[in-house]
Amino acid sequence: MNAWLTHQRAALAQALRRLAGTPTTTLLAAISIGIALSLPAGGHLLLTSLQQLGQGSSANPQISVFMTLDADAKASEKVGEQLKVNPAVGAAQFIGRETTQKRLREAGLAQVIDSLPRNPFPDTFVVTPADSSPEALEALRAELAKLPHVDQVQVDSAWAKRLSVLLNLGRTVVWLLAGLFGIGLIALVFNTIRLQVLTKREEIEVSRLLGATDTYIGRPFYYFGALQGLLGGLLACAIVFASFAILQARVAELAELYRMGFELHQLKLTDILALLGLSAALGWLGAALSVRQHLRDF
Amino acid sequence: MITFKNVYKRYPQGMDALADINFEIAQGTLTLLKGHSGAGKSTLLKLIAAVEKPTAGTVQVSGENVGALKRAAVPWLRRNIGMVFQDQKLLFDRSAFANVMLPLQIIGFPPREAERRVRAALDKVGLADRERAMPIAMSGGEQQRLAIARAVVSRPTLLLADEPTAHLDADNARDVARLFHEFQQVGVTVVIATHNEELYVPYAPDRISLAHGRLEVSA
Repeated sequence: MNAWLTHQRAALAQALRRLAGTPTTTLLAAISIGIALSLPAGGHLLLTSLQQLGQGSSANPQISVFMTLDADAKASEKVGEQLKVNPAVGAAQFIGRETTQKRLREAGLAQVIDSLPRNPFPDTFVVTPADSSPEALEALRAELAKLPHVDQVQVDSAWAKRLSVLLNLGRTVVWLLAGLFGIGLIALVFNTIRLQVLTKREEIEVSRLLGATDTYIGRPFYYFGALQGLLGGLLACAIVFASFAILQARVAELAELYRMGFELHQLKLTDILALLGLSAALGWLGAALSVRQHLRDF
Repeated sequence: MITFKNVYKRYPQGMDALADINFEIAQGTLTLLKGHSGAGKSTLLKLIAAVEKPTAGTVQVSGENVGALKRAAVPWLRRNIGMVFQDQKLLFDRSAFANVMLPLQIIGFPPREAERRVRAALDKVGLADRERAMPIAMSGGEQQRLAIARAVVSRPTLLLADEPTAHLDADNARDVARLFHEFQQVGVTVVIATHNEELYVPYAPDRISLAHGRLEVSA
């Protein structure tokens, strides 16, 4: 155990010395990794914020249930009772055909309405669903359309659906970006380690002759890769944090114009830890692949 | 300690480096490998340290068939073998102290104990006051003694040396020969490939003579 700890400490110290010994290369690599990781990280954060917008705005969508013109008061009453006991219905407001006619008359359309041979408006229920997700809205719409004497059901969820589809598309793009940039990070570390193995060739050969195992030889490179990834991850966090802080004021202005309670979410501690952990793990993986490939030559 | 049984070594280019080699080296002895350049002395040392594998036959070190060792097991064998190379193979980017420390770092020695051992090894080869010197700043004799300190610092049971006095003047060569004898005196098995047999005459070594990859005499 002591020997293991001694090895780990020595390898970490060696990796830190190598990083500090080539500050320009270290900085450039951290910038490359940081920018690459900040794009999917920022994208993910933006989508999370937009998702909140979608959920918030579609919290009270309404469904209009129009009865057929020949539906009498009894039929409408029956539908109203069914709506009351339906668990998917949060609330339902009845607007009778006479009420609609009266409202329109008061709105200045009296002449038009009087010219009509009969009241053209159906009895209507304005339903507030219990669950406002697009899927639940669609299910409730289909259910209400099957009720007797119901002519048409109109759901104000088209935009919510579009937003949901856009968010899904955005998520796919973010995952693709994360995958591509993750591979890029692995490739970058792989190549850095390849160059290091070449420059440390003599030391590796001598160490082998003195009884060093592959694990012993590879360990400082693994730490180097992980540290390089970690530095890139830190920089990515800083880029995302700064960018969102800059954008926050502009987004707030825009949200105010549209009277939306929308704001960009900043990175949470769990997001930061996840990003750092992932970047370090990818760096370690790139180093491990490179060491495995290049130590075969010795 | 070391047994060669019907050992052959052929390199990929088709050259027979060793053929039908049979001998035994007892523990705690000083053995000289003699022979002209290209006789197979270095190849024989490489087979003992598992740097090369025999094409045929068996090489045993402390009862272990080293030719059959898997790659992962080779380092553990080498940790019991001290090696001194003709070209020393010192690392020129670090001090004398750090060079000698390397085998102990590989083993995972506690740092304080390792430092004590490194100083003892440097003292043994007469380089106690040169621990901070960089190898490039040391003379040929000092470099060779430094290489010996690195080879013995982990207290191996077997010490292999390939032409350790090849580039040294007479005084330095005698010092190095005396060091090998001192290690033998404390129970280390020492095998030296050399052209300079006379240096070791005072220490009554055993001799293995090679010519064109074949054994001439085994004493």
